[in-house]
Amino acid sequence: MARDTLTGSRIRERRLIAGLRQAELARRVGISASYLNLIEHNRRRIGGKLLVDLAQALGVEPSMLTEGAEAALISALKEAAAASPSAAAELDRADEFAGRFPGWAAVLAGAHLRVNSLEQLVQTLSDRLTHDPNLAASLHEILSTAAAIRSTAAILAEPGELDPEWRDRFHRNLDQDAERLAEGSKALANFLDESGSPEERRFMPQEEAEAFFETHGHHFPELEAGKAQPQDLIAAAPGLASRESREIALAVLETYLSDAQARPLKDLKPALADGLDPAALAAGFGCGMDTVLRRLAAVPEAVLGHPAGLVLCDASGTIVFRKPVAGFDLPRFGASCPLWPLYTALARPQVPLRRQVVQQGRSRAGFECLAYAWPQGSPGFDRDPVYRAVMLILPLQEIPDSALPVGASCRVCPARDCMARREPSILKDGF
Amino acid sequence: MGRHVVLIEDEPNITEAIRFLLTRDGWQVDTHADGSDAVEVIRAAAPDLVILDVMLPGKSGMEILKDLRAEAGLARLPVLMLTARGQARDREMAEKAGVSRFMTKPFSNTEVLTAVRDLHAQAQQG
Repeated sequence: MARDTLTGSRIRERRLIAGLRQAELARRVGISASYLNLIEHNRRRIGGKLLVDLAQALGVEPSMLTEGAEAALISALKEAAAASPSAAAELDRADEFAGRFPGWAAVLAGAHLRVNSLEQLVQTLSDRLTHDPNLAASLHEILSTAAAIRSTAAILAEPGELDPEWRDRFHRNLDQDAERLAEGSKALANFLDESGSPEERRFMPQEEAEAFFETHGHHFPELEAGKAQPQDLIAAAPGLASRESREIALAVLETYLSDAQARPLKDLKPALADGLDPAALAAGFGCGMDTVLRRLAAVPEAVLGHPAGLVLCDASGTIVFRKPVAGFDLPRFGASCPLWPLYTALARPQVPLRRQVVQQGRSRAGFECLAYAWPQGSPGFDRDPVYRAVMLILPLQEIPDSALPVGASCRVCPARDCMARREPSILKDGF
Repeated sequence: MGRHVVLIEDEPNITEAIRFLLTRDGWQVDTHADGSDAVEVIRAAAPDLVILDVMLPGKSGMEILKDLRAEAGLARLPVLMLTARGQARDREMAEKAGVSRFMTKPFSNTEVLTAVRDLHAQAQQG
């Protein structure tokens, strides 16, 4: 049933809210109760003076009766129906349902939105478990200690005599591991406490924006083809729930669009066929090194020939954007490793840097990092420049001997005697 | 018939427990805690089987495994990999690199013993 035929249902709903009997309302507008009954059951079309009189008697604007206030509600109901295809909801009667039972419809739509929100929360927490190097390293330490305890305890629990020397040794080991497990659990609990509640973290704008880019694989064919504007993509992204996350994502997409327009994919492809040379690309396209590095991270892996990560920081060193690449841990919370070429670039503005690095801890992996820092805005005599730095991260097949050892962050870095260490590691000695 | 295993693991108490279990089961067990020269240690020991932790100082277990598989004399050596990271991606990486079996911590002693015996028996048959 079309929405404009639901005027009668809305009249009935409003009459019930007003606490009027059908006969009373009919009397007030000068029609019979039976005629009003036909109208309320959408069996008679209504308009003109009678509609105005009914609206006046019910104390609402006539448009409330003809258009209703349930467009968003109907949309939410349709989404809920789409999420449960097996229920075979009567989609063609969503308008009627919302018109006749607005309260129940609101309950259903609200429940659907809540399910969506909780699903996103689960996804965020799962993602954190997978990608947060602090958490992953802590769990690794705890699981390793648990493995030692389990194995040792099982040996001690076996029936029969155990050689006294072995028995004493295993008792000592158990004692050490129990201590280590207790300290490790405390360190993990402290880390989780410091990270705030899941609800608070779920709504961190940066995380919402990053999840949006991850979902799209950091590539937007609609923008590349000029078929959509950044605002269109933002409007179509329910995951960008907060105003702040939408603003962050919009700023990144606007830069993306500008980069894509200046250096279209069709021009990049032949340039990349000769190998990856960012300096030549910058010269060839007549653009800044920062633009080239951002653009390279945004082209599909099939075009670039291999995966690429990207990380941007502001002048304080705070990470403002990240595109993860397998094997290179990017901390979600807290500061990163000061030895990253990203920060070297910040100390040497407008000097392109190429460094081969090996990230310590967890699984060691080698990367070529291309970093560059550039000033924001136009230069001025009476103000200091404010820089940002970008680093493109390209995985290496082999780790060269000369690779610079770096970490993810001090908390989970096993390197000892590091001149850049900011705080003790929670690994091993830290336990 | 050889019964020689090299255990590359940097957690001393795990090393001690596995060494005890396997020695009692009749194995000669050599242990090593550093990843950087693990391939050389394995090559020199010429064991029947290797138990390899993933996260090691100096060089990761994944890299060591790749190096072993690239060396003609060690390419078919049974390797049991131990890790606290049981994610699908890690398992997939290990399988691509040629692991014989993948086991996540905390494992049971029975699991380790069974895996070692099975891998050795398969190698003897193959």
